[in-house]
This record gives sequence, C-alpha cells and structure tokens, in this order.
Amino acid sequence: MAEEVVLLDFHPSMFGMRVRIALAEKGVKYVHKEENLRNKSPLLLQSNPIHKKIPVLIHNGKPICESLNIVQYIDEFWTDKAPLLPSDPYQRAEARFWADFIDKKVDEAGKGIWASKVDQHEMAKKELKESLKKLEEVLGDKPYFGGDKFGFLDVALIPFHQWFFSYETVGSFKLDCPKLTAWAKRCVERESVSKSLASEKYIYEFVLGHRKVSELD
Amino acid sequence: MAASQEEVTLLGVTGSAFVCRVQIALKLKGVEYKYVEENLGNKSDLLLKYNPVYKKVPVFVHNEKPIPESLVIVEYIDETWKHNPILPSDPYQRALARFWSKFIDDRVVGAAWKAVYTVDEEEREKNVEESFEALQFLENELKDKKFFGGEEFGLVDIAAVYIAFWIPIFQEIGGLELFTSENFPKLYKWSQEFVNHPVVKESLPPRDPVFAFLKRRYESLSASK
Repeated sequence: MAEEVVLLDFHPSMFGMRVRIALAEKGVKYVHKEENLRNKSPLLLQSNPIHKKIPVLIHNGKPICESLNIVQYIDEFWTDKAPLLPSDPYQRAEARFWADFIDKKVDEAGKGIWASKVDQHEMAKKELKESLKKLEEVLGDKPYFGGDKFGFLDVALIPFHQWFFSYETVGSFKLDCPKLTAWAKRCVERESVSKSLASEKYIYEFVLGHRKVSELD
Repeated sequence: MAASQEEVTLLGVTGSAFVCRVQIALKLKGVEYKYVEENLGNKSDLLLKYNPVYKKVPVFVHNEKPIPESLVIVEYIDETWKHNPILPSDPYQRALARFWSKFIDDRVVGAAWKAVYTVDEEEREKNVEESFEALQFLENELKDKKFFGGEEFGLVDIAAVYIAFWIPIFQEIGGLELFTSENFPKLYKWSQEFVNHPVVKESLPPRDPVFAFLKRRYESLSASK
C-alpha cells in the first residue's frame, strides 16, 4: 500500500515550517495543501475539529495535530534517517522542555508585537528579548541546539527566526541576538531548511495584511 | 555498595495536581525517591536553582539533573524506567496521547479553575462554558474504554487526574454542577475507576487538607470583592 502523507499548511506559519523541515529531513514525499485561514477547508475542520488550526499531518487517513507533536511523530515513524530527537532520555527531556518554552514564551511575546496594538508592544518586546537571551544560553557554543547534529529543538526554533524581521519592523527595535543569527545561518545551509522556510518578506507582507484587516494600527 | 547510586528527588507541594501526576508515574514504576516539600511563598534556593525559568513545582531531579514541567517529567520517567509503560508503543497512539494530555493543560486546567475562582460573574460563566466544552471533547474521546490508555491507565489518564480529583473539589467549594455523571457519564465513571486504582489512590493527597486550603482561597477571593 502506498504511503499517503498530506500536510495541511499555511506558508508563513512557523508551525507549518517545522513540519515541512521535518518531512524534508526524513525525505518523505507528501501532498501539500495550502489553507486559506479565513476560509478553512472541510478537510481541515474535519481533521482538527478541536483547534481548527494548521499544521495537520494526515498519514494514511489519520490526522495528527500540533506541530511539536507532528515532528515527534515523524521522528518516531520514519526512523531510517535523520534522527531529530536525541537518543538520551535526559537530552530528550531538555529538548521537549525548551521546545515548549518556545511555544509558551517566544510565540506569545512575538504575538504581542505582530498581532497586537502598539500600546502592548513594550511588555512583549521585553519578554521576547529575555526569552531569546535564555535560548542563546541554552545554545552556548554548540553549532546546533542538538549539539553537533541538527535536531528537534533546531527544527522548533528556526522558523521563528524568519519572523524576527517582522517583530523588529513592527516593533521598531532590534533583537540583538548574534549567537542565534549565526546559528540560523548554519541551519539555512541545510537544504531541508532552506526549501521549507517562508521568506522574511513574505511573512512581513502577511503580517502587514493581518494588521490592516484587524485594524491594529 | 550499588554499582550506580540512583538519586531521585521530587520537589513539590502537597495539593498540586501537577506534582501528583509525577507521583503517580513514579508509583507505577515502583521508583523510590526523596520528596522535598516546597513553600511557594518562600521558594528554596534548590527550587530556584533547578527551575530558574519558571520557578515552579514539580521539578524532578535524577542524578542531579533537573527536569521541570509535569508532562515532560512523566515522559522522561517512562523512557528511563521501561516496565509498566505509560505511553503506547505505536507512533500514532503516542501522538494522540500527547495531543490529549496537552489539551487538558491548555483547555481544561485554566478554564476549570477560573470557572470557580473568578470574581467577575460574566468571566466566570465564560469559563464554565469553556470547561463544559472541553470536558465534552474528552467524553467523546474516551468512548467505551476503561481508561484513556485502554485497559491500563496511561499518559492522558495521568494528566487528567486534575479532572478526577481536583475539579470535584473546586465545584463543591464553588457550588458548581459541572463535572457530574449526568453531564459526562463516561468521564465520570472513568474518574471513579481512576481515583480508586491502587496506584493512583496511594499517590493522591489527602482530600480534607486540600479542600480546606482551596476553600480558604475561595473565601479570601470573595472577601476581596
């Protein structure tokens, strides 16, 4: 039976990008379906009735939701190449902890800028800077968060790096995280990453469109 | 002397559902550990050292390596002590287990608390509705299984200890009729099975002190109106 892998996605989404990268790392062929988030497809609503969000990976008709969940699934199903999570349980716990931190802190703070009115920016900018500083400490002098190898935590964070330009431009500030910038350059050298990321410009256009429609400015 | 001295410590507070999750996991695996009761009003240097990011309990420490966040801890315990598995072996079932555990954290925990511990009536009502909706999803997901994990309890059941033990306490305090056998027959039956499971029973905190503490909090909230 042929494997049927479908990804319900949205190009600028950092969560969608995570899944694209994981699938590319594993060399999995899939059907990509771009969703219109203002007019969600019946397939999306049926596959993720609880959150109604992308990304959703549908593997042989079975839907998996939530990007970090999907990436772990991909790692656990396609085991023949490119292991994403480390093999040591403690390192796995660390990777999961920091990936969750990215979702809780970086995404929230980012939203406090790109999806919020200007009067909410101060707090969000401070939070974002602090969160990224913590992540730089976690990275330390390693080439990747995964150590010598590109791994789960790198997958979790690299799409957010594409959003830094939007955060900085909307927020009129500079993030100043040189370690992350160097790390991002390294990640983008991987084909799985470079072909999966939405461009900074594309993301910014999306953000501007959203701000206009939501009357945030 | 043992070849490798396992040093297992759990920093927690009695009455925390998140700490309880870890205790259930450790009991299931038969892991001996040292328990350190924290005072959240006066956090220890140990807690601040082991969880500098969130400064919360539970924190699990294994051979001096700390892990915070209850669901991360439970997965770690499952991967380190492999008997009596908590997560299923099939990748799709594992994805479902992780999804529903996180669902409980994202959509049940906060809403259920605020359904009682909110002064503003409209806000409280909103949270009652959200809790109801979330519990309905879980009712549908449980179907006719004994536990979310099947014949034996697993990750989702452990995460849902909040529903089985804590929600009934909140609603008694707040006079709320949310989680009842009329509203959620399957989930309610599950909760009785779960709290009476020998492993879980031994891991739950004593009800009266937890009730008293949460009632005091409720009263001080109403008093501040």
